[in-house]
Amino acid sequence: MKKGEEALIQLKDVSKYYHMGDNVVKAVDGVDISISKGDFVAIMGPSGSGKSTAMNLVGSLDIPSKGKIFLDGEDISQMDESDLAQVRGKKIGFIFQNFNLIPNLTVKENVMLPMMFQGLDSFERAKIAEELLEKVELDDRMDHYPNQISGGQMQRVAIARALANDPDVILADEPTGNLDTKTGEKVMAFLKKLNQEGKTIIMVTHEPELAEAYARRVFWLKDGKVEKVTQKKNGFNVAKLEKQLFKKDKKKSKKKRGK
Amino acid sequence: MLGDYFILSLKNLKHRGIRSWLTLLGIFIGIAAVVSLITLGNGLQAAVGAQFGVSSTEIITVQAGGLNAYGPPGSGVVNSLTIEDARAIEKLSLVNRAIRRNLPSGRLEFNDIAVFGNVMSIPSGDDKKFSYEMMELETEAGRLLKDSDRNRVMLGYNFYADKVGLEKAIKIGDKVSIQGESLVMQDYEVIGLLKKKGSLIFDNIVYMNEEPLEDLMGYGDDVDLIAVHVKSSDLVDKAKEDIEKLMRRRRNVKEGEEDFDVSTPQAMMATVNTVLGGVQAFIVIIASISIIVGAIGIVNTMTTSVLERRQEIGIMKAIGARNSNVFMQFLVESGLMGLIGGIAGVLVGMLIGYAGTAGISSFIGSEIPLSMNWSLIIFSLAGSFGVGAAAGIVPAMQAAKQNPVDALRG
Repeated sequence: MKKGEEALIQLKDVSKYYHMGDNVVKAVDGVDISISKGDFVAIMGPSGSGKSTAMNLVGSLDIPSKGKIFLDGEDISQMDESDLAQVRGKKIGFIFQNFNLIPNLTVKENVMLPMMFQGLDSFERAKIAEELLEKVELDDRMDHYPNQISGGQMQRVAIARALANDPDVILADEPTGNLDTKTGEKVMAFLKKLNQEGKTIIMVTHEPELAEAYARRVFWLKDGKVEKVTQKKNGFNVAKLEKQLFKKDKKKSKKKRGK
Repeated sequence: MLGDYFILSLKNLKHRGIRSWLTLLGIFIGIAAVVSLITLGNGLQAAVGAQFGVSSTEIITVQAGGLNAYGPPGSGVVNSLTIEDARAIEKLSLVNRAIRRNLPSGRLEFNDIAVFGNVMSIPSGDDKKFSYEMMELETEAGRLLKDSDRNRVMLGYNFYADKVGLEKAIKIGDKVSIQGESLVMQDYEVIGLLKKKGSLIFDNIVYMNEEPLEDLMGYGDDVDLIAVHVKSSDLVDKAKEDIEKLMRRRRNVKEGEEDFDVSTPQAMMATVNTVLGGVQAFIVIIASISIIVGAIGIVNTMTTSVLERRQEIGIMKAIGARNSNVFMQFLVESGLMGLIGGIAGVLVGMLIGYAGTAGISSFIGSEIPLSMNWSLIIFSLAGSFGVGAAAGIVPAMQAAKQNPVDALRG
């Protein structure tokens, strides 16, 4: 982050501990992450690196055990669950690996749902949902149920849903993890386009190719700590870096990817 | 916003399995029992009310022997009321008029068939007109009795419709024979056939002017029943006390040992209502148990549903649902389940209630109007929604307090 530029999301010395019996697991341990507006960031790391926990914290799904998190200048580290939900609903749009659409609702209703929690009336919700579905090229599937469309289409619905409240940040957790290469590319193309339109994109992935192709900055996590931050303008080779940083974990993560 | 919860809930309920619907049986049975019995009870009340044949609330009935004497009023009574009693009552300040009525039983012959029944005396003069109005007697055919009619009678509706067993419907101008005091049969011309009253008494009776009836039956000064018209319906209770005081003095009995009965239509209805109320209370208890069982079923289904839909709860929270949003969603869903059970219960309950009422109607030969008891329906539906929602409170709280991170993991 350049000096003087205000961070949209800032984690200051953030730790998250889990108690498992008598043991304390430090899932995230003293992490500093700063993401500025309009950035395209990837959080990378093998499984067990604290990547998911970091994502939950960045996405304000969870509050830290220690440290402070600022979202758009507001300290959310100790907010109660309901207020956090409001903030999250307004400022962050989520895209999940397994799409996480609500099966009993149509495509359009799924996209309308986040706006309901922000108190928009149903006409407005329907109008915005239609526009967003048009944007992700699914206007002909509005009244389908999630089980009637393909994985790639479901993920595009999820993108439309993430955009429903016009958030500043899109948080994508392994967005292409359940998709084949071609459909994955289409989904990534949408994310890239959104970034160009000014949205801040945070992508959690363990696929170096993806990070290399799209992210401007990559936070490398290992054992709950940020091991390294790399910037694209330096011309880094993500795959090579990953090899250097996570030699030991490489096999494991490859195995997981093959699942 | 609340409407949104209902829409979402309906969508979710549409996808519920049969297991969820089976848990509604308790609510369904409970509501159906309450609705059918109250509908039936209202029908019964109307039917019983019609038996009194008098809709006026200003009429007090005085008879000897008390209400416990079985059989027609005045029968089996040692110490009868007399014409003098009626005159004394008429002199009371709150009383407009006191009409004597005799109801002797007798044998009637027509078409060579004999039936047993009662003859009712019709007073003369002003009292006649008043009696007709009070009892709401109107003719289906012919005309009402006049004071000058001596060898003439009017018959209740069932003679006309032939439900009394004469094997032939009686027409105006037909002659019927009625057996009198000395076993002599006397012929009477049928001058009027009355409209249906829906009362076992009034529809099965022979009406005759009081003088010819006394001549035939020879009961002298005895009176079976005195119908007292009070000046205003507010004064009925006070007038009842006055009559009781007067009659105790005249018959020389102490309070609490009365050998006569003074009853108001309200009091008679109250007796009936007490019995019906007892039955209804019993049913309500049974229905409540059923509803409680149903509510427990809903608690169970909703708890399962919260566990099954953890991920959905996680998604809702991730996309901005507050705890209260999740709570309301599950609460409304639970309430709707109860409501659906309630709707089914109301429909089936009304069906049973109406069928039962129709059955009673045809049995006693009166027509009980089938009315929609809207307050009962609304109360039942609101109640079933309330029970469902109440049953959903704990599961909805469980849903609301799910941690989004854990819930998303499923």
